[in-house]
Amino acid sequence: MDIQLKRGLLDVCVLAAIKDEDSYGYQIIKDMKPYVEISESTLYPILRRLEGAELLTVRNAEHNGRLRKYYHITPLGVARIEEFKEEWKELLSIYEFVTKEGVRNEEE
Amino acid sequence: MKKSEFLSELQERLVGLNESDLNRSLDYYAEMIEDRMEDGISEEEAVSAIGTPGEVASEILAEMPLTKIIKARVKPNRRMAAWEVVLLVLGSPVWFSLLIALFAVVFSLYIAFWSVIISLWVAELSLGLGALAGVGMLPNAIAQGNVLAGIALFGAGIFLAGLTILGYYGCGYATKGLCFLCKKTFRLIKSCFIRKEAVR
Repeated sequence: MDIQLKRGLLDVCVLAAIKDEDSYGYQIIKDMKPYVEISESTLYPILRRLEGAELLTVRNAEHNGRLRKYYHITPLGVARIEEFKEEWKELLSIYEFVTKEGVRNEEE
Repeated sequence: MKKSEFLSELQERLVGLNESDLNRSLDYYAEMIEDRMEDGISEEEAVSAIGTPGEVASEILAEMPLTKIIKARVKPNRRMAAWEVVLLVLGSPVWFSLLIALFAVVFSLYIAFWSVIISLWVAELSLGLGALAGVGMLPNAIAQGNVLAGIALFGAGIFLAGLTILGYYGCGYATKGLCFLCKKTFRLIKSCFIRKEAVR
């Protein structure tokens, strides 16, 4: 898949993984696994990028005597997901057109 | 490989990265290994699932902007000894001019790419103008009673118009190709800086 496209898609996937409740790195990977495989080193720059763009915030929380980073979605992040859904509708109609057979025949 | 070994090797390979970036990377991978172990796999398995320190380091560095990497490289990670400072100052006529030469080469590459693209489009533009002029000369030539020359000019104009249309597509492809080449070249230059640290 086109690398730029996939990058944008993964950004939205990560946002979706923390949409309902705050989550941490390993949990995000596990939640995404049935749909899209992502490695730790792929996730890391995505989290940094999303944090830089203020689509999510990070907090440290204690877990089993160590610190774990939890990621929390911001209103901007939620807006990004909504934006994605709109974009996708457009893409779906393009897909429909591309895969449709006999564009002309029906009209004639 | 144990977690502590992995982290210290990763730290070694990220040497020169600024402290907050370094600590964040280390914390992140430590947390990942611990969470995997909590999930019920052994320390060794957890570490190897993440990859080798070399792979992880080069991915972290590849995501960093080039300026940050250079800044990190240029900044020494310990105090320099007196003799090193002396050498650096005495050697400045050499390394400074080399540095300028390097930047000049990169800069001239960039200019060269763009001047090829610009000259292609200028040639394309002149073809188009030639076509217009040739066709436009017809009524003028007829008015002067030079009908044959007018028709010849008209034909030449049409010929040039055909060339213009072909040239338009050619220029488009050439521009795309050159931009791609340009991007690749600069990525190659960037990777020269990264590889030094990440893959020893």
